[in-house]
Amino acid sequence: MVTTRSDAARATTAPRTASSPHEPHPRNPGMPLELDWVREARVNRSAVERRTATLGTRRSVKKEWQAAWLLRAITCMDLTTLAGDDTPGRVRRLCAKAAQPVRPDLLEALGAGDLGITTGAVCVYHAMVETAVEALDGTGIPVAAVSTGFPHGLSPMAQKLAEIRASVEAGAQEIDIVITRAHVLTGDWDALYREMQAYREACGDAHVKAILATGELGTLRNVYRASLVCMMAGADFIKTSTGKESVNATLPFGLVMARAIREYRSHTGVSVGFKPAGGIRTAKDALTWLFLMKEELGDDWLSPTLFRFGASSLLGDIERQLEHHVTGRYSASNRHPLA
Amino acid sequence: MTKIADLFTTMEYGPAPESAGVVTEWLESRRRRFGHFVNGAFTEPGETFPVQRPSDGSELAQVTQGTAADVDAAVRAARAAQPGWAALGGHGRARVLYALARGIQRRARLFAVLESMDNGKPIRESRDLDIPLVARHFYHHAGWAELLDTEFPGQVACGVVGQIIPWNFPLLMLAWKVAPALAAGNTVVLKPAEFTPLTALLFAELAREVGLPEGVLNVVTGDGETGAALVAHDDVDKIAFTGSTEVGRILRSETAGTGKKLTLELGGKSPFVVFDDADLDSVVEGVVDAIWFNQGQVCCAGSRILAQESVAEALREKLVARMETLRMGDPLDKSIDMGAIVAPVQLERIRTMVAAGEAEGARIHQPSWATPEAGWFYPPTLCDELTSTNLLAREEVFGPVVTLMTFRTPSEAVQLANDTRYGLAASVWTESVNLALDVAPKIKAGTVWVNCTNLFDAASGFGGYRESGYGREGGEEGMWAYLTPAWEKAARNTSTTHPAEGLREVVESAPIGDAAGASSVAPGGIDRTIKLYVGGRQARGDGDYALTVLNTAGEAIGEVPRGNRKDIRNAVEAARKAQPGWAGRTAHNRAQILYFMAENADLRREEWAARLARWSGDEDAAATEVDGAIRRLFHYAAIADKWDGRVHGTPFRNVTLAMPEAIGVVGLVAPREVPLLGLVATVAPLIAMGNAVLAVPSSVNPLPMGELIQLFETSDLPAGVVNFVSGLRPEVVPTLAAHDGVDGVWCFGTREEGAEVERLSTGNMKRTWCDLGLVRDWTAPGQGWGDAFLREATQIKNIWVPYGE
Repeated sequence: MVTTRSDAARATTAPRTASSPHEPHPRNPGMPLELDWVREARVNRSAVERRTATLGTRRSVKKEWQAAWLLRAITCMDLTTLAGDDTPGRVRRLCAKAAQPVRPDLLEALGAGDLGITTGAVCVYHAMVETAVEALDGTGIPVAAVSTGFPHGLSPMAQKLAEIRASVEAGAQEIDIVITRAHVLTGDWDALYREMQAYREACGDAHVKAILATGELGTLRNVYRASLVCMMAGADFIKTSTGKESVNATLPFGLVMARAIREYRSHTGVSVGFKPAGGIRTAKDALTWLFLMKEELGDDWLSPTLFRFGASSLLGDIERQLEHHVTGRYSASNRHPLA
Repeated sequence: MTKIADLFTTMEYGPAPESAGVVTEWLESRRRRFGHFVNGAFTEPGETFPVQRPSDGSELAQVTQGTAADVDAAVRAARAAQPGWAALGGHGRARVLYALARGIQRRARLFAVLESMDNGKPIRESRDLDIPLVARHFYHHAGWAELLDTEFPGQVACGVVGQIIPWNFPLLMLAWKVAPALAAGNTVVLKPAEFTPLTALLFAELAREVGLPEGVLNVVTGDGETGAALVAHDDVDKIAFTGSTEVGRILRSETAGTGKKLTLELGGKSPFVVFDDADLDSVVEGVVDAIWFNQGQVCCAGSRILAQESVAEALREKLVARMETLRMGDPLDKSIDMGAIVAPVQLERIRTMVAAGEAEGARIHQPSWATPEAGWFYPPTLCDELTSTNLLAREEVFGPVVTLMTFRTPSEAVQLANDTRYGLAASVWTESVNLALDVAPKIKAGTVWVNCTNLFDAASGFGGYRESGYGREGGEEGMWAYLTPAWEKAARNTSTTHPAEGLREVVESAPIGDAAGASSVAPGGIDRTIKLYVGGRQARGDGDYALTVLNTAGEAIGEVPRGNRKDIRNAVEAARKAQPGWAGRTAHNRAQILYFMAENADLRREEWAARLARWSGDEDAAATEVDGAIRRLFHYAAIADKWDGRVHGTPFRNVTLAMPEAIGVVGLVAPREVPLLGLVATVAPLIAMGNAVLAVPSSVNPLPMGELIQLFETSDLPAGVVNFVSGLRPEVVPTLAAHDGVDGVWCFGTREEGAEVERLSTGNMKRTWCDLGLVRDWTAPGQGWGDAFLREATQIKNIWVPYGE
């Protein structure tokens, strides 16, 4: 794994497309808590599952289209490491990979050398923010920090707010907060709303992604309601999972959250971003998520301003698929630099 | 910009074609010309016609137009093969059906691609729905074959079955028909649809390959004339048809009186009911699955959206937006939602109907994108601002066209849902289990999907109410359509004199003073006037004429009113009024009333027997008959609360509730030869199951209706549940059989009477059960009483209730 600052810098000087990564996306100003709307939300699980079961079978992208979609998937990726054994060295390696996620020779062969392909962000714990910001200096790639007592979110409130401020101060441009699941499970929407508002305020100019920990909310209806409340309280993104729950980003969660985003936009005109995280490992998974976004929310949600994958191993599979596209031979992981 | 860079910007889907290569090879290797499949081999192609590919109009193959001679050869082959196939036994047949299921799975993609090329449906649907369901159907019915002896004791195959299938799900409809027929031991002559015969021919090849014995399955291709020849063939024991109500009517009429068993799966105009507490985003996808699935060419398509007013506008907006994102194109493209319409004539029909609906005031919504230029395509279409008078709200379009209307309350939703001549299916969307399970039984439809639509499975019966046809396909209930009681088959094959032969019919009462004047006075008694029984009241006939009942010695023993068509009309009205309330009572309550009748009848045992003996002159027989009648009341009281439905094991996370429901208002033409027992043995099962009955009593001795009127009046039977109209059969039976407010007719009479009932039933496609002169022992279990009566007194409604929060 060899990458230099100049490689990364070159990548970001390339011309950007309309859906270029790292463009700041308009903030969600939020709105007053509308409890009636939250309470009347209806989600039929069986119907949702039927829809998601056919998302991947109703759509298929092949050949050049597939390569283009996979490149797009990379730009939507929050390349992530959230492990207890993270070290500055490990994080620097990850950042280098974020800046150059695909071998330049492959990008050239794909005719995508000028697209400035980088991941959407790098996502780390607070302790690694400074390292990451430094490693990504000049690339334009934002650093996202998981925060607020990630993954459980049960630290004292003052401490959680302090954690956000510290990460922002250390240079994180995006903060992935975790909500207090108990507020959802006890139906205390007001408490959830106030919590989310406080987080958003603490974030200042940093964009805030609200992790719902969908796998711990019990029902799809709770997922929908929690999505609405977090958006009302000003979340810029809503995110499925920490990656640490036993069930993480499933398509039904994604569909329900996407529909909540659509409903919120139709009420407020504000587009909120979506980030599935946890368990997305294959190129095929990534395409299915992109299908879900395109079908339910439209093309705006195919770019990193409104869509991110939280993923650590996904990139490796996409790289192999792209090489297969170039060579016609199935690829192997050791042919691609380690993240 | 490079191509990939460009696509990176546009993020279009691009083409994702499934290869037609293997299918093309198959067609080429058959020189794109096909004969029929008869007796295990393909015939030389005769006079042929082209089979076209809907996506571009090109010719796929030439198939043979079946002649009457071709049909005859196929029927002969099937007849010759039938005894051997039946004798193979359930286990032997199960092995073959299992092999067919396996074979379908091994060739799944070949079948799917061929189906999409021939029919125009998206490859996703043929690949993920049609073909897997075909395999599932053969697996499931391999099971029924294996279990036949234990699950259906006393039943045998009908014999040779003629099957005519439609073009919308060509191979799936083949499976729905062929699998149960073969499982039960029948042999088959199948006529696939003129537009889509190719997968049936491929299936025939598979059947030969897996060792289906020669002649067990025969495929004769052709158009409606070929089908007509099959229906008309004397040596066919049963006809099963799926198609339009129009053709179904013709088949009923043409087979009337022939004794051919008939099951019909016909058209629909299925309601799709959306309550204000439904998950609207899921409702939208439900509509996609209901009406934009298979281009809307689905008999059970949810083509009438009925939305509660408070959510109708939101739903309309969501649907209009959703249509925009549907993708239409080459059926072999894996990224499309909608393919082509099967044929130009169908496309034209859709266009004409939408134009007519628009002219009648409907507003038409279609997506902004253009349909492909080559081939036969029609865009998804939503029609609103229309009322129930609009053609589009009433007539089956059989295309991707859905209407949107509103309702205010659940009861109005039910009213509107039932405001149709059809009754195939319905879909109900609400998050309230109370509402769903309240509404589902009230909608007149063979299948009700709660929060889902167009789910199918071999374990669940499918079929209609009303003019959507009769009989079920799939599940235990579907097997009955291909079985017949062994005793009945034997009885029909022996020529015994019918016991009613030689008995004297009632005669017009002579004017007063004529010699043979009737005696309405029992020896030493008071004059007795028997009246009609209509709506719980004893009523004089509209015509005020009388009929004289003669005993077996030819002496007049009493008079009954000579009912006429107006009496029939009045009685049907009374029955219609009474039926919903009666069906709404608990089975326990109906049982109590039947028990009470038995109790009261028992008190009159001797009196009844004496009167019967006055007619027959046989006191022992009369006592036996009375005893039998009381026993029947007890029997049906006993079983009223035990004739349960079942929960089908469909492979989804849901319960599929198979509920036996009353037919509704049933006309009954009672057997002649056992005037009391026959009346009780038929009325009792009907009312036990919640039907209201209009009975025409025995026409040789209608007097027992007088006893029963008194019995009913003392046994808490609600008014109108049973009505009696005595009369001359040629005067009353046709009116009854033709009445569009009657849901079914049982006719235990002569072949001619049954034939007329069957012929006249076509106005509203009422179910009929006609003995056609069959000699039935009314004292024998299975013949005179038993489950067969309950099955005929009910129809199965399958309610699909997916669950999971």
